[in-house]
Amino acid sequence: MAVDLPSLMTSLKARFGDDVLGHAVFREQYVVRIRRGANLPLLRFLRDDAGFDMLTDVTCVDSLSLPQDMQADYPERFAVVYQLYSVPHNERLRVKAYVPEEPCEIDSVTPLWEAANWGEREVYDMYGVVFKGHPDLKRILMPDGYEGHPLRKDYPLKGRGERDRFQKYTEIPPR
Amino acid sequence: MAGETDTSRSGPQKHGGSGYITTTVDALINWGRRNSLWPMPFGTACCAIEMMATLASRYDLARFGAEVIRFSPRQSDLMIVSGRVCLKMMPVLIEIYNQMPEPKWCISMGACASTGGVFDTYTMIQGVDQFIPVDVYIPGCPPRPESLIDAVMLIQERIKRGERQTKLYDRTRHPLDFAPLALVSGAVEGAPVLTGSRHSLPGKDVPFQEQSFGPPERIVTHVERTQAAQRGTQAEQQKSP
Repeated sequence: MAVDLPSLMTSLKARFGDDVLGHAVFREQYVVRIRRGANLPLLRFLRDDAGFDMLTDVTCVDSLSLPQDMQADYPERFAVVYQLYSVPHNERLRVKAYVPEEPCEIDSVTPLWEAANWGEREVYDMYGVVFKGHPDLKRILMPDGYEGHPLRKDYPLKGRGERDRFQKYTEIPPR
Repeated sequence: MAGETDTSRSGPQKHGGSGYITTTVDALINWGRRNSLWPMPFGTACCAIEMMATLASRYDLARFGAEVIRFSPRQSDLMIVSGRVCLKMMPVLIEIYNQMPEPKWCISMGACASTGGVFDTYTMIQGVDQFIPVDVYIPGCPPRPESLIDAVMLIQERIKRGERQTKLYDRTRHPLDFAPLALVSGAVEGAPVLTGSRHSLPGKDVPFQEQSFGPPERIVTHVERTQAAQRGTQAEQQKSP
């Protein structure tokens, strides 16, 4: 038996009010757009009461260089994206929480799903979104001493010279 | 030693029909080295798959004496960097290279290891030769196993010619530095007892001086060598009648 997604949208809007900015449907994929402050209670509701018991991915979108018509979907610069899956109902749902550039932070959902741990670390590493309440928020892909968040659209593609800073060798003459 | 000796004359020389040959210690050691290269595979991407194919039965690098892949840098003398190297991996590569005992050689296999390839991004090293000395580069994405075999043969050729690396980390005080003649017991009369430091050897206490180098020496390919040899035989044939 499948989840009745249209009525779930209605009940989300009724329960969380203004925190739910709206929803969109693209090729039968439902996307719920929310304010960042509501991510923890809303995802808890989806997990406990709507049957979306599995978090498959946490990722992020930087809308900085999107075309103008697409930027209308982004009230803030970043969108933290939660991909949910319901094992009993075989349904998927996407939740987008919008995060401004400053302060660039949102509540961690590690209390709900342990699976969010590394995903949130990756989002922090690549986009600089700080997850409040994360047990161990540190870089996961880039080296520890790295500065900046390379998947931000204003980060130069070829970096800031990090790739050239290594110990060089000296040439010594053959004996 | 190798720099002072004319290596073209120091190879094995037959004494017609008498059943023995004479050679130099250098030539003998280099003969052993080049026929028993122990590669250290630094495979990080698809080039490593080609490297595995080269080692497997179809291409069989064992024919060239280099089949003993060592995953310990302490036991290897040929570093094969096959694949792209990222920002986080480069310190590991330098560390492993430094752990390999001298003398050692390095093959930069494929476009990514040599130049960064298509990955011109913030995290990709644009050519490992910026940070470790490379002897032979292999183009290709990925190169075919024949290319890797050719590179190994070029390395063997360089060892045969008695070439030493000219690009090294400053290792003038490195305890593992190789001193061929004195290390062979009894080769030099009255040789000093080796303490492990090359500065205990006679003539080695010359202070290190930096030198600037011209463009790197051009490597003669197999094709050119073959053509030169053919030209030589043709010239002889023309002379003889």
